[in-house]
Amino acid sequence: MSLRSYVIARLVLTIPMIMLLLTFVFLIVRVLPGDPASLHFEKQADPQTLLEFKRQLGLDKPIEIQYFDYLVGLLRGDFGKSMQDFSPVSQQIFSAFPATLELAICSTIIMVLLGVVLGVQSSRSYNSVEDHSIRVFGIASYAIPVFFLGEVMIMIFAIYLHWLPAGDRIHAGMAPTGLTLGSLHWSTGLYTIDSILEGNPSKFIMSLRYLLLPSLALGTALCGIFIRLTRGNMLETLQLDFVTAARARGLKERTVVYGYALRNAFLPIMTMMGLQFAALLAGAILTETTFSWPGLGRYLVDRISFRDYTAIQGVVVFFGILVAMVSLAVDIIYAYLDPRIRF
Amino acid sequence: MSNERRQGRILVRLFPSLTGLARRGLAGWAILIGGAIVAIMAIITVFSPWISPYNPIAINVGPILSPPSSEFPLGTNHLGQDMLSRVYSGGSIMFQVAILSVIVCLVVGVPVGLFASYAGGYTDKVASLVMDSIYAFPGLVLAIAIAAMLGPGVVNMALSIAVVYVPSYFRIIRSQVLSIKELPYVEAAHMMGARARATLFSYILPNVIPSIVAVATINFADAILTAAGLTFVGLGLPVSTPDWGWDLTYGRRLLTSGAWWVIAFPGLMVVLLALGFTLMGEGLSELFNPRLRR
Repeated sequence: MSLRSYVIARLVLTIPMIMLLLTFVFLIVRVLPGDPASLHFEKQADPQTLLEFKRQLGLDKPIEIQYFDYLVGLLRGDFGKSMQDFSPVSQQIFSAFPATLELAICSTIIMVLLGVVLGVQSSRSYNSVEDHSIRVFGIASYAIPVFFLGEVMIMIFAIYLHWLPAGDRIHAGMAPTGLTLGSLHWSTGLYTIDSILEGNPSKFIMSLRYLLLPSLALGTALCGIFIRLTRGNMLETLQLDFVTAARARGLKERTVVYGYALRNAFLPIMTMMGLQFAALLAGAILTETTFSWPGLGRYLVDRISFRDYTAIQGVVVFFGILVAMVSLAVDIIYAYLDPRIRF
Repeated sequence: MSNERRQGRILVRLFPSLTGLARRGLAGWAILIGGAIVAIMAIITVFSPWISPYNPIAINVGPILSPPSSEFPLGTNHLGQDMLSRVYSGGSIMFQVAILSVIVCLVVGVPVGLFASYAGGYTDKVASLVMDSIYAFPGLVLAIAIAAMLGPGVVNMALSIAVVYVPSYFRIIRSQVLSIKELPYVEAAHMMGARARATLFSYILPNVIPSIVAVATINFADAILTAAGLTFVGLGLPVSTPDWGWDLTYGRRLLTSGAWWVIAFPGLMVVLLALGFTLMGEGLSELFNPRLRR
């Protein structure tokens, strides 16, 4: 199979999956509870208000029309209206998304670095105390709720030691403006990048400091699987002839391990990064709530407390589509890098 | 080796003696230690009404936010509740939710996985597509959506967690059934005129049980963490129930006061319980299918 036909086949498979997912979410939010509008008011609204409320949100139409509207709306990037003020949910999603993205990127870096370094260390000291402690740490990381880890980190690093700030993304009113060229404004919403574009190193340092604790919590909570993956891979690779050959040539151990052997683990680690993306988003919801990080997760939790079911539906759908897209992209990149996968 | 003896062996491996486990090296030790942790936690939870020094939900039994002292060994929270009593009894919700969700997963996931993968063809394709779509979805997000719509409650929490984990059972069962159903002994059962249901439940199922046990144990750990997560985003039970998840959730607002004991002990209990199940699950999957690691 050529790369192009693989991509097409993979795309064709993704479509029914996304459709199923959209239908599933629709069933959960619109059909399962009977009537999300009365649920919103906890049955305390008079019929007239309720009817007007439903009309505003399009919840008064027959269920199959609602379903159709929902799918067509999604095609146009419309994630529905909020039950609170009838504002479009997509607007909120797109303004909160950069914060989540920044957290996700930074956590991924920490997660993979920590996992790979510990995994390599563990495999090099196979069956020693160090190896066992790293493995126990890996297993323990599965068992720690990320919000508890976050709370402990806030307690130690923010409240007792005062090393790092916790809560929000930057000092109030200091949000970087991004690139300004004359009357043109361009900003990414990622504060670290925007502060560089603005040319303001102090804001850059500040946003990094705000970013560090949440990312550390999320990255540590998810690094376990990378420890195991790297360790397993390295244990096999370090036995291979090319590693012995590299050592025999007198290369430094560090070069042999990181420059030669670790390359073999590159593809599985990349695949795992794709697979972990869903876990990363789920973890981000909890991390954002712990650190008052104004991203999508906190928006979702905020909407839950307002019983804003249409907004919840919008965010959940957005998360679902995002994960499907990322896994599609990872599969395609994987097929490009490793032609064996296509056959 | 005859099939009956094989099955016998597998079942013995499922329930080995304690000393036998210790001889199995690290995996055996992981199961033993994990099992011990879970057993101790379960005993504490069951007997909490008799061993708790105070009523866990009674307020103002002591001073507000008192640090650990001889009278209140784990301190008190912002309502003057005794943390030791809350730590003893706070696991009950987690256990209930986890046990219920595992039962739902077993009841739904196992038969669906067995039938769909045994039938093959169109049935298998459709079932796989549905399961894969749910599997690909971020679990907590889906559980949040379901729990938000169903409203609070132990059963609703368990259901929302179960929906997320049924695909894990389906996948592991499917992967095994696909290879087992091609084995000569299954063919022989066919030749002898065994019906599909008999083949599935008396010939194929016994060989899948070990993997199901391993998945169920990991499911327990995940269910506990997801239940804590659901509570944390505000979808837990009312305040009147002692719950580690609730203590962790509310404790976040008390961090600035420096009251570390309010979150530390309930948090450690959640970690210990999840760790116990994770250790058991890791050990079991290593014993049963050394190649199929998570």
